[in-house]
Amino acid sequence: MLSSFAMPLLFLVIFGVGFNRIIGVLTPGIDFVKFIYPGIVTMTVLMTSVFSGLSVVWDREFGFLKEVLVAPLSRTGIVLGKAAGSATVATIQGSMLLVLAPLIGITLTPLLVIKVIPLLIMISVSLSGLGILIASRMRSQQGFHMVVQLIVFPLIFLSGIFFPVNDVPVWLQMIVKVNPLTYGVDAIRQIFLGGDFTAVPSAMQSGSSIMGITVFGHTMTVLEDVGVIAILGLVLILAATWSFNRQE
Amino acid sequence: MMSSARQVREYWTKMNIIEAENLSKRFGELIAVEKVTLNVIEGEIFGFLGPNGAGKTTTINMLCTLLRPTSGTALVDGYDIIRQRNRVRRSIGLVFQDPTLDEYLTGEQNLRFHAYAYNVPRSVRERRIGELLELVGLSDRRKNKARTYSGGMKRRLELARGLLHRPRVLFLDEPTLGLDPQTRRHIWEYIHTLRQQERLTIFLTTHYMDEAENCDRIAIIDYGRIVALDTPDGLKDSLGGDLVTLEAEDNQSAILELKERYRLSAEIHNGVIGFCVPQGERFLPGFVRGFQSRLLSIGVRRPTLDDVFLRLTGHAIRDQEADSMERMRVMMRSKR
Repeated sequence: MLSSFAMPLLFLVIFGVGFNRIIGVLTPGIDFVKFIYPGIVTMTVLMTSVFSGLSVVWDREFGFLKEVLVAPLSRTGIVLGKAAGSATVATIQGSMLLVLAPLIGITLTPLLVIKVIPLLIMISVSLSGLGILIASRMRSQQGFHMVVQLIVFPLIFLSGIFFPVNDVPVWLQMIVKVNPLTYGVDAIRQIFLGGDFTAVPSAMQSGSSIMGITVFGHTMTVLEDVGVIAILGLVLILAATWSFNRQE
Repeated sequence: MMSSARQVREYWTKMNIIEAENLSKRFGELIAVEKVTLNVIEGEIFGFLGPNGAGKTTTINMLCTLLRPTSGTALVDGYDIIRQRNRVRRSIGLVFQDPTLDEYLTGEQNLRFHAYAYNVPRSVRERRIGELLELVGLSDRRKNKARTYSGGMKRRLELARGLLHRPRVLFLDEPTLGLDPQTRRHIWEYIHTLRQQERLTIFLTTHYMDEAENCDRIAIIDYGRIVALDTPDGLKDSLGGDLVTLEAEDNQSAILELKERYRLSAEIHNGVIGFCVPQGERFLPGFVRGFQSRLLSIGVRRPTLDDVFLRLTGHAIRDQEADSMERMRVMMRSKR
């Protein structure tokens, strides 16, 4: 409980408060802390989900995975079961961070919570798929950690958690926009901060520069972002199932 | 009607519950199992005997759908191990070499998980869990975490778990490996009880010769190939009587004399000459009187499965236990 809270808090305090003085207000009504907060909620869910794949490696090391694999269970069921388990943990962790919202100046309305939580669940199920996919090929925890650090950390840091995506150099924009996680972060951010724009009409225009990813001149809406995550999730879960089916 | 038709069939012919044909498995260059063909008859205890690294576990893993054979196929309880994997999985129970328990669950919870996974009906689940825990003597520890169990208790819990869904075949991979003699004896008692109570077929692997004696039939496997398949007595009889072992001052000339004067083909292993003759006790007195080479020692005994193995493969089963890795390397090289 405490440790799952400590890491995001650390990011929020160190990056947020630390840079807030220099960066200050990004756009009227939104300072840097407010900007990264939705990103950090998403990051917490992403990390917990991916790392939950570790439980598959544990099961393999303890031998329990054999008991599961030799049972007359469908491989899709095994993968979805694992994903559901880790989504539960990840979503609870993400939701716990909602408590911090008022401290940062975001008003939690019931509608906001109702929108955020299902999206967190969706992101978490999708990314658990990635964790399980990696784990299905790993024999040791060390191997798993190595692959996660090599693949997942870059994905997370290049998903626009810490900077407005539309404002960085073109080469970086290209990488970030190819990264599907970007759209997850963006969807959560739009839900959290969307209200603030309508409250401050002057922010409407400049707001587009910090939210809503522009792809080929089109600015992604929340629903389109959700679509990207849905497709990503489907692909990852299918890949994980396939990989489970093939392993020996 | 169905059951009576089946009874009639069983009366006339003993059913094969496992039929493997030319089952092979390669791992890259290594041929782990080569063209294994065997039938296991319903209700028997079938033993798979061979040194570590001979391909026993690989064969079991193929039969229980954990490994896909490179070529060949097998039927377990009438279902194809490649095309009907879920049907096979439903028909079999397994106890692996290494523990496969969830250590953070209690003994009872481990069994309950298994019941869910195999769709054991709720109405019979708790009663069966109770009965099986009783059978393996773990009733008083059912609420303890599996983590706190000793090696023998874990194995017994797995045995109970493997039976929970009433499988037709129970696979036991080295069921007594690493257990103390007392626990080993207990496990064997359970195995015999089970066969009587549950009319179960048991397929087990072992590299303990004395345990192989408990089986109805044994397949001897070496370097991935089955070199013999028979009852324990049949295998021992195949050597042709009793085993005479002797040490001579000059072993080479003794072997030559055995060959030329007695027409006996003898083999030397660890400095001891061994050969088989019918009715060894009667053979010995005359032989000792007439033998020209100087004898240092001589003995006669019923052959053991060790001797059978030695005769069939040219090496003792114990020889390679220490260096199964070396064997793998040799096999790799020979396949290049």
